[in-house]
Amino acid sequence: MGKQYRTLGGTVFDIFNYTFLGVFALVTVIPFLYVIAGSFASDAELTQRAFFLIPSTFSMAGYQYIFSSDTLFQSLGVSVFITVSGTLVNLFFTVTMAYPLAKRSLMGRSTVLNLIVFSMLFGGGMIPTYLVIKSLGMLDSFWALTLPGAISAFNLIVIKNFFEQLPPGLEESARIDGCTEIGVLWRIVLPLSKPVLATFALFYAVGHWNSFFQALLYINDPEKWPMQVMLRQIVMLSQSSIGDSGMLDPNFVQPPEQTIKMAVIVIATLPILCVYPFLQKHFAKGVLIGSIK
Amino acid sequence: MEHTGVQKKAKAVTKVSADGSVLRRLQRDKWLYVLLLPGLLYFLIFKYVPMWGVLLAFKNYQPFLGFWESEWVGFEHFRQFFANPDFGRLMRNTLLLSLYNLIFFFPAPIVLALLLNEVRVSVYKRAIQTLVYVPHFMSLVIVASITYVFLTTEGGIINLLLEKFTGQKIDFLSSPDWFRPMIILQTIWKECGWGTIIFLAALAGVDAEQYEAAIVDGASRWRQLWHITLPSIQSTIVILLILRLGDVLDNGFEQIYLMSNALNRDVADVFDTYVYMMGITQGAFSYSTAVGLFKSVIGVTLVLSSNYLAKRFGQSGIY
Repeated sequence: MGKQYRTLGGTVFDIFNYTFLGVFALVTVIPFLYVIAGSFASDAELTQRAFFLIPSTFSMAGYQYIFSSDTLFQSLGVSVFITVSGTLVNLFFTVTMAYPLAKRSLMGRSTVLNLIVFSMLFGGGMIPTYLVIKSLGMLDSFWALTLPGAISAFNLIVIKNFFEQLPPGLEESARIDGCTEIGVLWRIVLPLSKPVLATFALFYAVGHWNSFFQALLYINDPEKWPMQVMLRQIVMLSQSSIGDSGMLDPNFVQPPEQTIKMAVIVIATLPILCVYPFLQKHFAKGVLIGSIK
Repeated sequence: MEHTGVQKKAKAVTKVSADGSVLRRLQRDKWLYVLLLPGLLYFLIFKYVPMWGVLLAFKNYQPFLGFWESEWVGFEHFRQFFANPDFGRLMRNTLLLSLYNLIFFFPAPIVLALLLNEVRVSVYKRAIQTLVYVPHFMSLVIVASITYVFLTTEGGIINLLLEKFTGQKIDFLSSPDWFRPMIILQTIWKECGWGTIIFLAALAGVDAEQYEAAIVDGASRWRQLWHITLPSIQSTIVILLILRLGDVLDNGFEQIYLMSNALNRDVADVFDTYVYMMGITQGAFSYSTAVGLFKSVIGVTLVLSSNYLAKRFGQSGIY
């Protein structure tokens, strides 16, 4: 930005600005840090000390409870299963559709693309979609959490655009060597697209890990609830002052205490925090691709 | 005579070759069509069948009769909905939340991006960015849970602090007065940092020479902001504002649903939560489909017209 004349006003502004941004950034992360600290503290400390980032009484009781409770452990498993299988389903459906659509000479290509764009604009809405899922017999099955969101139209279009930019020469030579289209996709295109596919896999995976609404709609059996639904049950519905508490699953004998609530929040957050550094490398680019389109 | 004969022949030839080429192309691309099939089925089953399902809004759907056998009732459900006092309440809640979002949330990422843009120490800038993006990746359940843990009257730290200093507690979670501020603050906390990305990109595109020229002319940093920075990102701001107007009816189901409870329902209910409540929990499928259809028709109209406006403003729209 070139040379800048130092003025008093400028310096005052800089001091204010750096401080303000620092405080703002702290405010965004301190709730997470407090919850992590609280999850390792004893319940007594939580009610006595108003705020701390390092617990004075270290306790693993919250985590012990989570891993000893069948319901919670099971829902953790459900979340992991849905995240892994859902992401594989996403990648399979998105890639197999994006690849043919990247071929400009494919007959019917623009019709299909128009259908996709239209589906981004208008949808049947909650009830008709629910009835379709119901009539397919998918209620209370993990299919309802993976198949209905198998393709994100937006991701599909970005991946299609990426495939279009790959050098055609490599594919040609593979075809001359007798590769079928599926062979070309598997042996040439996919290896070339690894970084892009890894990025979208992460985005899809975060989506699955975080998804709550689908499970709320389609899964009634508490044994099949993912972590996010469980988190809501434990943290938000266990409050006696709130009207919905009647919905609390009767399997919960013991009303969970603050430490347990915090530990459940941490468990539900942890995977995202672990993949965040990897995500962060890619997302700005992804967002910008989106905004240019 | 001869002439037309030749023409006919020519037509016939082109037709044959066109057919031939269609078949040839299908034959050549057969594996591509095989690959296309799963995705196509996905869109047909999970996107287009529900679009037809919207016709339920004009029927009196009886689960045991099924979609085809249920009786047509025309606009009956819409008439009922518009006559229902719920309609005014939902409209008011929806529009107020959108309005508050527009006033309080919309400018926040712009201001944050402008402030970040003034940071010359790039390590500091990047550290701040890394931190403020984090909440965007957390689920709304996590955000709502943290809100609960902080605000609850039973040992939440905000109330512990309030009690210490004022001797009183505030029941934020079930108070209708606190519902809207809580939603807006949550949105700002979760998405403000993330929202800066697009403005930072626009700011990065501003020609540095303009600043140098301004500095030579003796412009203060405030003047630079006013005469160079803001005008350069003005079009981005206007486009995003117009596009936002396109979804004023969308408040985000999950956030509202998670933060609402029996005590604040009067100000919390919006179209989406109403559809869920009437349809899924109470089984009024046709009525709630009609409500959903009303919302999405207005929504699509708003999106398309705001996109048209955005294009008129000299930028490429999104569709």
